[in-house]
Amino acid sequence: MSCNETIIAYGLRAIGFGERLLPKADITLCEQFVLIGSGMMWNIYFAVLALAFGFFAATGIALARASSRPILQFPAKAFIFIIRGSPLFIQFFIAYEAFVLIPKLGFDMNFGFIEITVETRWLTRAWLGALIVLFLNTTAYTAQIFHGALMSVPKGDIEAADALGMSPFQKFRRIVWPSMLRLAWASYTNEAIFLFHATALVFFSSFPAWRQEGDALYYANYFADKTFNPFVPYPIIGLYFVIFTLLLIVVFGMVNKRLNRHLLPE
Amino acid sequence: MFEYCADPSAIEGLEWWSCYLTTAKHFAFYKSFGTVLVLLFATVPFILLLGFAGALARRSKAFPLRVFGLAYTSIVRGVPDIVFFLFALIALDQGIEYLRHITLCPDWSEPIRQGSDFIVCSEAKMPLGSAPQWQHELYGFFLAMTGFAVVFGAFAANTMYGALQAVPHGQLETGVAFGMSPRQIFRRIHLPQMWIYALPGLSNLWMILVKATPLLFLLGVEDIVYWARELGGTKIGLYSYPHGDWRLAYFVVLLVFYLTLTWVSERVFERLTRFVSKGQDTLGGTL
Repeated sequence: MSCNETIIAYGLRAIGFGERLLPKADITLCEQFVLIGSGMMWNIYFAVLALAFGFFAATGIALARASSRPILQFPAKAFIFIIRGSPLFIQFFIAYEAFVLIPKLGFDMNFGFIEITVETRWLTRAWLGALIVLFLNTTAYTAQIFHGALMSVPKGDIEAADALGMSPFQKFRRIVWPSMLRLAWASYTNEAIFLFHATALVFFSSFPAWRQEGDALYYANYFADKTFNPFVPYPIIGLYFVIFTLLLIVVFGMVNKRLNRHLLPE
Repeated sequence: MFEYCADPSAIEGLEWWSCYLTTAKHFAFYKSFGTVLVLLFATVPFILLLGFAGALARRSKAFPLRVFGLAYTSIVRGVPDIVFFLFALIALDQGIEYLRHITLCPDWSEPIRQGSDFIVCSEAKMPLGSAPQWQHELYGFFLAMTGFAVVFGAFAANTMYGALQAVPHGQLETGVAFGMSPRQIFRRIHLPQMWIYALPGLSNLWMILVKATPLLFLLGVEDIVYWARELGGTKIGLYSYPHGDWRLAYFVVLLVFYLTLTWVSERVFERLTRFVSKGQDTLGGTL
């Protein structure tokens, strides 16, 4: 098989298109690059969705944590402590075991214009179950970061907003939130990188890969097992991760620039 | 363990539980908590050492050393730790066997890599095929420790590098004014003051290290995750203590263990921070 054919056969293998059988013997370098790259789609899927949902949830939890009302503050604190205090690996296990125990039911959700059947067995599939775990995980870590930043928003800024007669929502939307993000952004970038790296655990820990559709590490491990040679697949997956981590840093750097655009350049 | 445990099917209630929780396998489970703690505490010195070496390499005047330090810290940090564990372990294992193969069996003519097999002579196997079980386990533990030290050493190197940069320049200049040699300045001024800047990063790293220990299971060490899965799985009537799928309960026990560990660590680091802030020229410092 030429490399072009390999790309056509295995390029979308991780999401269920193309050749069903994985290469077994005479594994070429091209096959390793293509399949591991195909698995990267899962890592990106998990990272992007978990970060996107987690960002907004974390803002809410950070505000609850900063609230003076115990009924809001206590659950937020407990949530952050439990998630930040335990290994993600154990969280995956617990979530999977719990999801398996849930009776297999189907729910019809009626959104008026569209009707979706929600099945609880999806929770045991990585695409939903692992996404929920990653989402909760990043929410807790990000909430802690945002809470720290929230506490560092200059008091004078808020007094100035009060003096201008802003409503509480306006104050939050225009003053507190942008400042919080600006102060938190460096740490938040780190958290995003950690989460991206954590996606490699999904298929490796508890969630089984269905029809051998796994993430990059799943395929890298497959090749390492088949060839007994770790010196090819692991550097390949490392290379992919380094490239996408750099990309993530660039994107977050652009946001950082926008958040700080009112400040004098150093 | 107790006398009435001889026939588990005849007892129930509290007696059943007291027997169930004291089986040999459960003791192995309790012991594996010790394994995790031993790994944690045994690896820390190596992490600090590697971190320190990495930080010094990055500050070195020699260009190759500087490049090496930078490459080490950025490559390890840019790749997910689990990938690095898997890779470093096999690479180390095969590297050791390869070196032993060259020295112990010089007249071996066949190639080591035959297609997809990695073949060394039987004298070069590590540990020897005839070695007792505990040697295999110890060797696995040693490999896991090395993997942890290499990965977390890179993070520590980054933290310490930043901390060394953060010591106020005036402090070092004072050393020069007193006529101290560069070595004296480093040992008496730079190094003692670095810790307060390194501590937040290092305490963070400790928390990450604690939470990375379940990965031991993936590296083949019989740790708490291994035993939790083993003991929690459904046991049919053939076993002395049949029960359903209790894995969730066992994992909740692990969760509590880790939460306690985190909580205790937080308290310890609070005290440590107060200790190293003594006499420091910072906001948190006390004279």
